[in-house]
Amino acid sequence: MAYSDKVLDHYNNPRNVGSFAKDEPNVGTGVVGAPECGDVMKLQLKISDDGMIEDARFKTFGCGSAIASSSYVTELVKGKRIDEAMTIKNTSIVKELNLPPVKIHCSVLAEDAIKAAITDWKKRKGEASANPADKAAQG
Amino acid sequence: MVKLPIYMDNHATTRTDSRVIDAMMPFFCEKFGNAASRNHSFGWEAEEGVDKARNQIAALVNAKPKEIIFTSGATESDNLALKGVVEFNKDKGSHVITCVTEHKAILDSCRALERQGKAIVTYLPVDKYGMVDPDDVRKAITDKTVLITIMFANNEIGTIHPIAEIGRIAKEKGIIFHSDATQGVGKVPVDVEKCGIDLMSMSAHKIYGPKGVGALYVRSKGPRVRLTPVMDGGGHERGMRSGTLNVTGIVGLGAACEIAAAEMPAEARKLIELRDKLHAGIFERLDEVYLNGHPTERLPGNLNVSFAYVEGESLLMGIHDIAVSSGSACTSATLEPSYVIRALGVDEELAHSSIRFGLGRFNTEEEVDFVTERVSKEVKRLREMSPLYEMAKEGIDLKSVQWKGE
Repeated sequence: MAYSDKVLDHYNNPRNVGSFAKDEPNVGTGVVGAPECGDVMKLQLKISDDGMIEDARFKTFGCGSAIASSSYVTELVKGKRIDEAMTIKNTSIVKELNLPPVKIHCSVLAEDAIKAAITDWKKRKGEASANPADKAAQG
Repeated sequence: MVKLPIYMDNHATTRTDSRVIDAMMPFFCEKFGNAASRNHSFGWEAEEGVDKARNQIAALVNAKPKEIIFTSGATESDNLALKGVVEFNKDKGSHVITCVTEHKAILDSCRALERQGKAIVTYLPVDKYGMVDPDDVRKAITDKTVLITIMFANNEIGTIHPIAEIGRIAKEKGIIFHSDATQGVGKVPVDVEKCGIDLMSMSAHKIYGPKGVGALYVRSKGPRVRLTPVMDGGGHERGMRSGTLNVTGIVGLGAACEIAAAEMPAEARKLIELRDKLHAGIFERLDEVYLNGHPTERLPGNLNVSFAYVEGESLLMGIHDIAVSSGSACTSATLEPSYVIRALGVDEELAHSSIRFGLGRFNTEEEVDFVTERVSKEVKRLREMSPLYEMAKEGIDLKSVQWKGE
């Protein structure tokens, strides 16, 4: 199977690989997939209080297309508002990276990772504002 | 400097040895006759070539020349052995014993027989090294068992089964014993008498011969094995496999066997040395790498390793100038990770992370050194990118994690 040039480019020069410190505020983390299935994506988004995605990091265990899909979405979401990012469809990842049908699940996983990261951020933000006392106590 | 790309996938196929090609050449243009033409010199020359090959093959596996039936390859040999024996013996019984790590040519033939209601098949498990327990074979035998089929050596993990012991059990119980020896013949000593093998599949292209030709050994005495042909026609090959003989291919298979017989001891020594060097080099440079297959009872050129936290296909992509293969789901048509690796009882994640190195006649020490460095470097790069590696380093037990998307 031949890979598209864009998949190869993201695989060889992945963008925004890494992790934000776990306790960093304003970071939402989405981990999707499962090791037994051969794909696990971790996507972290740094989101401002008013819902702007300022930065992104990823780590992926998976095939080249899974790595490329996650690398691409870190570029795609940066500078977008969260409501806008929530509307990103896997099909746009398939199109950009020229993924063959057997690799569509990689794009689905990447879409899920965005949603999971934003949901996590909202949850954490909600908890933080709902229980400022708790947070202070923990901190 | 090594020449790239490096071919290290010799369980998939091998480069045809130039000596084999030299032996084949005259049979394309000068001696092009049909081996079945009995009444002119063209036919006689071709038949001579085929007879010589039969002798060369028989000598390698300690068979009689007439016991060698030519086929298009090991897949056909497997199909003929299973379907032919089951059909011929349908009045005696319909039980077949095999094991879970057999090649698809065996497993899918079994499934086909089951589907057609022609056989009931017992699929024996293997131990953590991929080996069948002969005792399990003995226990699985019933009065309806007509065939036991266990491969000589596994194509993915290289494990060599205790074939002689299984052969003894089969003999004792009077059951026909077939072995798919595609990966064993020419690599390790294979002796149909010592191993009590009644039927045996082999292929030319795994032993530096041409593709599209193979053979089925069919015992002629003690017991005389009979089977119903799968291919009907002109009654070639003692009626067991009709079809004009692939003379050039057969001559190539013969030549490949003769070379293998002469060079096996030295070649096996060299391959074990290279394989062990590759093994040691990778294990020195990386943590959390696991050997798949038997530590000692394995094919000389085989090394199958799981690189934890790195998915196999992505690793293949990173070492694209090295030809190896992976048990990763992403490299298979079925999107399932290797059933052979899973049968060993290893975690599914490790099955996704397995790479098979297949060393062969034309590999060099320089190539082994290059592959060691290249693979280790790429595994490290991919681990830096792997969330699983990060979690493991943080002390998180990956098995305790509730994964989304399971």
